[in-house]
Amino acid sequence: MSAFILRRLLQSLFVVFVMTLLVFFGVNVIGNPVYVFASPDCNQACVNGIIRSLGLDRPVWEQYVYFMNGAVRGQLGNSFTFGVPAMQLILERLPATLELAFASLVLAILVGLPLGMWAGMRPDALSSRAIMTVSTLGFSVPTFWIGLILILFFSVHLGWLPAVGRGDTVSVLGIEVSFLTLDGLSHLIMPAFTLALFNTSLVIRLARAGMREVLYADFVKFARSKGLSPSRILFVHVLKNIMIPIVTVMGMEFGGTVAFAVVTESIFSWPGAGKMLIDAIEVLDRPLIVAYLMLVVVMFVVINLVVDILYSLLDPRIRFSGAAR
Amino acid sequence: MAPILQVRDLTTVFQTDAGPLTAVDRVSFDVGRGEILGLVGESGSGKTVTGFSLLGLVDPPGRVAGGRVLFDGRDLVGLPEPEWRRLRGRRIAMVFQDPMMTLNPVLRIDTQMVEALKAHGVADGRDAWGRSRDALGRVGIAAPEERMRAYPHQLSGGMRQRVAIAIALLHDPDLVIADEPTTALDVTIQGQILYEVQGLCRRSGTALLWITHDLAVVAGLADRIAVMYAGRIVEQGGVDDVLDRPGHHYTRGLLASVPRPGRRWARLPQIPGRIPSLGTVPSGCGFRTRCGRADAACEAEPPVVAPAPGREVRCHHPVPDEPR
Ligand SMILES: Nc1ncnc2c1ncn2[C@@H]1O[C@H](COP(=O)(O)OP(=O)(O)OP(=O)(O)O)[C@@H](O)[C@H]1O
Ligand code: SF4
Ligand SMILES: [Mg+2]
Repeated sequence: MSAFILRRLLQSLFVVFVMTLLVFFGVNVIGNPVYVFASPDCNQACVNGIIRSLGLDRPVWEQYVYFMNGAVRGQLGNSFTFGVPAMQLILERLPATLELAFASLVLAILVGLPLGMWAGMRPDALSSRAIMTVSTLGFSVPTFWIGLILILFFSVHLGWLPAVGRGDTVSVLGIEVSFLTLDGLSHLIMPAFTLALFNTSLVIRLARAGMREVLYADFVKFARSKGLSPSRILFVHVLKNIMIPIVTVMGMEFGGTVAFAVVTESIFSWPGAGKMLIDAIEVLDRPLIVAYLMLVVVMFVVINLVVDILYSLLDPRIRFSGAAR
Repeated sequence: MAPILQVRDLTTVFQTDAGPLTAVDRVSFDVGRGEILGLVGESGSGKTVTGFSLLGLVDPPGRVAGGRVLFDGRDLVGLPEPEWRRLRGRRIAMVFQDPMMTLNPVLRIDTQMVEALKAHGVADGRDAWGRSRDALGRVGIAAPEERMRAYPHQLSGGMRQRVAIAIALLHDPDLVIADEPTTALDVTIQGQILYEVQGLCRRSGTALLWITHDLAVVAGLADRIAVMYAGRIVEQGGVDDVLDRPGHHYTRGLLASVPRPGRRWARLPQIPGRIPSLGTVPSGCGFRTRCGRADAACEAEPPVVAPAPGREVRCHHPVPDEPR
């Protein structure tokens, strides 16, 4: 098991290293931030001064070495706009994003799992067909459109839910969260739902497919031949089996959900890291963009690692073959 | 005492796009208390579906369309599901064909055994665990304590089938339906398991319906034999009777194709043709397209000839009774 983890760890480090190259050089070819910071009456000497102060007078590879030198010590440079460490800015905003992403995943499972299981149990029922149609829509309807429709309906038309911001937060272990206050929850529900739509559709599909497969498995029939109750069969024998792919896929979707939160945060003015990224791109705040992208990369890598380990805990077959490796 | 199981005209139909297919066709047989009945037939003859029908486990698009299953005097056909559940595992248990597929891959052996006890009112968890471990020991599993904590994939096929047998025997049922439990295993393990199950059932007075396609297996195991062909029982009777003096041409063909000592160099005669698929079974005698003795009369439903008590042959022209 530990050999397995060690190998995965080395692979992960390599992936992160390659991504630093891609991200750093990628960001360095788009636009010139100097002109964003230079006022219109700035002459050449003034522009040169800005270039030097941002460290842009150095060759790109030297900038990269400088960047990496800091990066291995956890320092990803100062934001051009704010003059403070980019990482600090992101970390301040990240809890809001993570809360939103996490809430949307929980919502996706809470809503998608029962719907998908039902559709898998009664594939021909009208209700099941309706569920599958909705899940198809959930894949194809753009997030921003759903978000705007929700705001129009629940905020503008009915006036039930607030359209922007996080609402009241409380501090849990030093992290501000919205979901523990009623006001925060009312702010969270619409963006979380918007962000959850895609994943809910995914969970519905996975749960339905899992049910179709597992319900007809011999081991379910054998369980029935033992005289077990339908609830024991459904919630222990069947559910445990269909949760394996769902947990795996949802785990891997978490990174994507955080990345996608950019759109949702912009619509609902959710004060998260995604909204900050949009602002940073507008002013070509390179260190901030790089820091954000690197964070996303590291998060993806870590999530994949955790999912692999979690998967092995859920599925004893993986767990033990891992031990043999 | 009446037989523990009396099956009468049991008929199981699958509703398909091509119309209804009768997988089990007016099947009748008895299993006496503590008796071992071998149900023999080629692949696709309807043995597994018969077994599932006896436990109320036929899933749509299939359904038991007719007949009676009298278990301990009570007709089980049409029984409400909660009543079925009280019977399954406790009074009638089943061992499935493929041991690699019958245990839930994500649950430990002990979980899967203890739940079988708890489903029928064994409330005390520690008691249930102990009983399960002892049951594993009885079916010849070494170090049962350790095996209890294993997951199915950590056990060999033979070991898994032993676990399934131990589960089936947990409640000392009146009847065990064993659906080719040894077919997927290698020959030495087959023999051991056969011998052990026979012993366990004899000791506890459990009746056994042993489903197989292998005549050699039933010859050494069963008290009586029922031969199934295309959903019908074509012949049944005491094991020596049927094997020594087969009355049905299908049984005779099957026996002739079994290798035996002393005939080593002869080419084994095979029954010509193949078992018809369900939609294409001929009317009258289902075997007539492959039978050497078939004539115009065989296009009509064959009568049941009963040359002796408990002995039945479904044929217009039974094989003459001459010792071979
Ligand atoms: N769900 C189903 N839908 C349609 N036909 C089915 C279904 N299940 C079984 N059958 C048909 O019922 C017939 C009998 O099948 P069954 O599994 O009982 O055969 P068997 O004698 O157990 O064969 P084997 O030795 O291969 O296990 C087969 O022709 C099969 O095609
Ligand atoms: S009824 Fe006719 S076809 Fe069928 S087994 Fe007897 S002789 Fe052969
Ligand atoms: Mg079968």
